[in-house]
Amino acid sequence: MSLLELQDVSVFYGDFQALFSISLTVEEGQTFAVIGANGAGKSTMLKTVAGVLRPRSGRVLFEGEPVDQVSAHKRVSMGISMVPEGRRVFPSLTVEENLHIGAYGGRKGDWNLESVYELFPLLEPLSKRQSASLSGGEQQALAIGRALMSNPHLVLLDEVSLGLAPVVIKRIYEAMVELAVRGTTILVVEQDVQHVLTVADRVACFLEGRISLLGRPGELSSDDISAAYFGM
Amino acid sequence: MNWVNITLQGILLGGLYALFAVGLALVFGVMRMVNLAHGDLGILAAFIALALVQSAHFGLLWASLLTIALMFGIGYVLQRGLLNFTLGTDDTRPIVVTFGLSIIIQNGLLLGFTADSRGLDAGAVETASIHISNQLAIGWYPLLVFIAAVAIITAVQLFLNRTKLGRAFRATSDDREAAELMGIDNRHIYALAMAVALVTVAIGGIALAIRTTFDPTTGPFNLLFAFEAVIMGGMGSIWGTLMGGIVLGVAQVLGAQVFGAGWGILCGHAVFLLVLALRPSGFFARTVTT
Repeated sequence: MSLLELQDVSVFYGDFQALFSISLTVEEGQTFAVIGANGAGKSTMLKTVAGVLRPRSGRVLFEGEPVDQVSAHKRVSMGISMVPEGRRVFPSLTVEENLHIGAYGGRKGDWNLESVYELFPLLEPLSKRQSASLSGGEQQALAIGRALMSNPHLVLLDEVSLGLAPVVIKRIYEAMVELAVRGTTILVVEQDVQHVLTVADRVACFLEGRISLLGRPGELSSDDISAAYFGM
Repeated sequence: MNWVNITLQGILLGGLYALFAVGLALVFGVMRMVNLAHGDLGILAAFIALALVQSAHFGLLWASLLTIALMFGIGYVLQRGLLNFTLGTDDTRPIVVTFGLSIIIQNGLLLGFTADSRGLDAGAVETASIHISNQLAIGWYPLLVFIAAVAIITAVQLFLNRTKLGRAFRATSDDREAAELMGIDNRHIYALAMAVALVTVAIGGIALAIRTTFDPTTGPFNLLFAFEAVIMGGMGSIWGTLMGGIVLGVAQVLGAQVFGAGWGILCGHAVFLLVLALRPSGFFARTVTT
């Protein structure tokens, strides 16, 4: 049984169709990367898995169970946790309060304040600071830490490197590897192909709402990828 | 004429206004919703207490406690069953719906209780006073209302700052969608916020009903005063409502003293406009969350 399975999922914004019968499976423990240009439907797919968007047709299965009718907040307690695009930390809350909110769903597990501070040591001295005053990189670390606090089975990462300095991106990807080592399943969406291919077990390229390429990063040539990415 | 005495009366009156304002500020702070039926819901609570005292022969204290509990439930159901569906892209929808609700409550009360002025009788405490000097005396009842207002505002603020649920209120206020991704059901949070708001306005409505007379159309006046207190305090600021209420109360009482009885409320409005002109974002220009 796959941890996550999308079966012929089509998603619309009003009359506009963003995803066309997408099917993909993410296995337990995998780091699955979805790449593609702006507007290819990557984030739409991720939001559909998180429950923010509902598919008009097709099914989403998590641990073998259909979750299409489960609302976003309930999926957190099932073990799906998302780091949204743009980080979306709660600006008026302190770093520590943000992390506590991450644990609101109340799943038991290894993640707590201590282990998050271990993964991102930069957060600990900032714990009493209002998160609005954090830098972009610090906010991204906080957003990831907050998502981990719910002890997720599946972590959804939406454009985590967007707008960050290279040194920060490097740290974020190191953290991602640490998560993978711990056995966390990761579904990551990125426009930046370079970094994400170094950590991914499997990659899907999205183009205009369809999957244009699917495979293992090692088996795909850069020509294949750029053809699938740009649709040439 | 004793200015200290009069100013003190104004400050204590501000406590009553704050009781009406704090729920309005909470609801606005958590869900950015303006509840035009807030004043009427306070008066509804006063009528419920009155009915419990007169028809069911409860003591005032028990009637009040029962009313407050009832208003908590009404708030939850009202938000979850109706007002949640008005929230979203269009800000005018909750305004139109709560305006309609205001009319429904007023007319429902007119049908049930007629247009007669009523009052709740709290006994000797209403007229008892603390004698400080020959020219300075503080009424026990206004003092108790003021203390209640401070206690309620402190409790609401502590709840928001210190409890797990309060933290969820603030997170939802910051970013509803991100909060939902953290496992917080905003429909439930909003319903609880309205329930707490109606508890505070129920206390305000009962306090008003003991202090003065009320009838089914009293609600909108108190909504106006509450709005002025909220805006002067800073939209969404919980402590700001006390500050705004006090400024309004002092302005009204002093105005009535200087220009004559009919001019007090007008002076309150004038001071409100002055504050709005000089400090448009209010005394505490923050949201409910800080």
